[in-house]
Amino acid sequence: MSEPTMTEPDALSRPAVLTADHVTIRFGGLVAVDDVTFTIPEGTVVSLIGPNGAGKTTFFNVLTGLYQPTSGRVDFGGRDITFLAPHRRAAIGMARTFQNIRLFNLMTAEENVMVAMHAHMRSGVIGTVLRAPWQRREERVAHETARDLLDFVGIGKTFGEYARNLSYGDQRRLEVARALALKPRVLLLDEPTAGMNPNESARFTEFVHRVRDEKKVSVLLIEHDMSVVMRVSERITVLDRGQQIAEGTPEQIRASERVVEAYLGKSGMRGHGA
Amino acid sequence: MVGAVLRGLRVRSWPLGFTAAAVIVYFFYDRILPNLDNSVQSGFQNWLPIGTITYCLVWVMLALGLNIVVGYAGLLDLGYVAFWAIGGYTAAWLMSTFAFDKQIHFSFLAPNGYNHAVGIHISFWIVLVVGALFCALWGALIGAPTLRLRSDYLAIVTLGFGEIIPQFFRNGESIFGQNISNGTKGITPLDPIGTGPLSPVLGGKAVLGPFDLIDKYLIFVVLAAICMFVSLRIRSGRLGRAWLAIREDELAASMMGVPLMRTKLAAYAVGAFFGGIGGVAFASYNSSTIPTFSFSDSITILLMVVVGGMGNVWGVTIGALVISWINLKGLSQFGDWFNGQFSTHVNFPSYNFLIFGIILVLMMLFRREGILPESRTRQLLKEPSRTEMESVGADIEAAEVESELVEDIAPEFAVQSETETLGSGE
Repeated sequence: MSEPTMTEPDALSRPAVLTADHVTIRFGGLVAVDDVTFTIPEGTVVSLIGPNGAGKTTFFNVLTGLYQPTSGRVDFGGRDITFLAPHRRAAIGMARTFQNIRLFNLMTAEENVMVAMHAHMRSGVIGTVLRAPWQRREERVAHETARDLLDFVGIGKTFGEYARNLSYGDQRRLEVARALALKPRVLLLDEPTAGMNPNESARFTEFVHRVRDEKKVSVLLIEHDMSVVMRVSERITVLDRGQQIAEGTPEQIRASERVVEAYLGKSGMRGHGA
Repeated sequence: MVGAVLRGLRVRSWPLGFTAAAVIVYFFYDRILPNLDNSVQSGFQNWLPIGTITYCLVWVMLALGLNIVVGYAGLLDLGYVAFWAIGGYTAAWLMSTFAFDKQIHFSFLAPNGYNHAVGIHISFWIVLVVGALFCALWGALIGAPTLRLRSDYLAIVTLGFGEIIPQFFRNGESIFGQNISNGTKGITPLDPIGTGPLSPVLGGKAVLGPFDLIDKYLIFVVLAAICMFVSLRIRSGRLGRAWLAIREDELAASMMGVPLMRTKLAAYAVGAFFGGIGGVAFASYNSSTIPTFSFSDSITILLMVVVGGMGNVWGVTIGALVISWINLKGLSQFGDWFNGQFSTHVNFPSYNFLIFGIILVLMMLFRREGILPESRTRQLLKEPSRTEMESVGADIEAAEVESELVEDIAPEFAVQSETETLGSGE
């Protein structure tokens, strides 16, 4: 059912969902991200990698709206969103997960997913208090959608469980389900395999492709686990000290000397990305 | 399965219980008490008169309003009394002869006998809605600049507004030459509650005088019930979920498309709306609005929410009833009894904040989640989360592996290593 997981060379020819155009961020004298231009084509899995302190997270935060770039712009679906508030970005179809899981711990799995439908729901105070027919319909649909999404990520049985009581792996899945509830066009995953064992990471690759194909979303991945990155991505962008040092297919990146240098150092000492 | 049924029962049994209690109180005071022995009558008159119950219900409305802001949305508001004051003055402006010196004569659905008097005279029921809406508007106005702040800073600024607004009314005899509040004298008397079409239910009276306590009780119990109903309904809807999400994790909520400002403003406005209802009801109950609103009222209301159980409507209701009763009757009655028994002269009511402080400290030590906590909060305080336990489990496993290794290599260090890992695990 899932499409072949091999990389697709024509990824760049597809229209872009998200574009970062010459984005630079300075914190005082420190240039955290230096003139990075970057595209997520539609229906593609793109990875952003780099050693620690390369500016990945800062760049990610520009995309999600937590930081505003010192210069450059960010386009989403042909619209300039450089200065758009995070919740607006979420509402127009930009969803993310968090590196260190940030679920609503004292809400059930189902409620967690339903929170993300906020922007797509309409009912206000009066409709809710009077339980108007359209409000009830909306709630029912929201419940159903939430259950479907939980089923989709494989934790359908946990809908009534508080998020904090879920196992670590299920919490990661719940984060994805919650992000998908935004009906996103692009899904940004911040180190999704952190804390997973090799077995789980391997299954994760399959899962990302299933999400891409069945939910019709593009995926941006920030990841440390190279085996996952190489298997899952169609395009890879490498950052080092705020600069974009390589961009291309996994094969090209693997072959790039600059990337090897950035990761391993010139002397061949093995760095560690944790 | 059984658990689900029980939970279903419990959800329904609270509103039923409240209704039953309200009805029982009504019949007891209306039918049974007058026929009882004189000493019993005077006992109830001293310890729990119907007027006090009615007054306690005003505190319930206020506490339920603050519960929306503090309990539901997790925004610490130390100036909630501002909305009580605004509601009170709205009632005073619209239901008295106060506007007379401004040459305003207006009446709308006012009870007979008051509709041709000077000043503004509008039906209590309309003023209730107008006052609540006016408060909601002020909630949004105060919220707009302050809600960008977080936690402690928000608390301090709300504290400021809670001081500013009562002060404004206290000194409002000449605001740009206009007297808007009568200063420290306050505005009195207010029009009584007109019964209108409810007249047959309330014994055929056109207006409720100062001695129609049982009728006022009925009205206030219905108002409190409306506040509970609205609280519960909103909680289970889209907005309620968004509030919870903000309380849990603001950043994550905004990343999931919840507009923080608008959602927090909604919490403020709804909370202020309840405050307005309480304010109008209180003013009407006293037939006056006098600027006695102070910081200690804000704290008392907050205490009700915290002691009752933040976020749980029933807990907050119980907290409000108990604390307001202690404040109004309990302490002074206990003091009289105590002084009479031991011929002392302790002024118990003046120690109320000492006693509340002790209650709060004891609660924080032994029952942090309140008398009747929300099931979620209880979870947080009573049980470690599974992931926490798992990580502890992992640590123990790691420690075991490590100690085994150490035992293999250098047995003399084994015990020391184990205690070290245990220490670091805490």
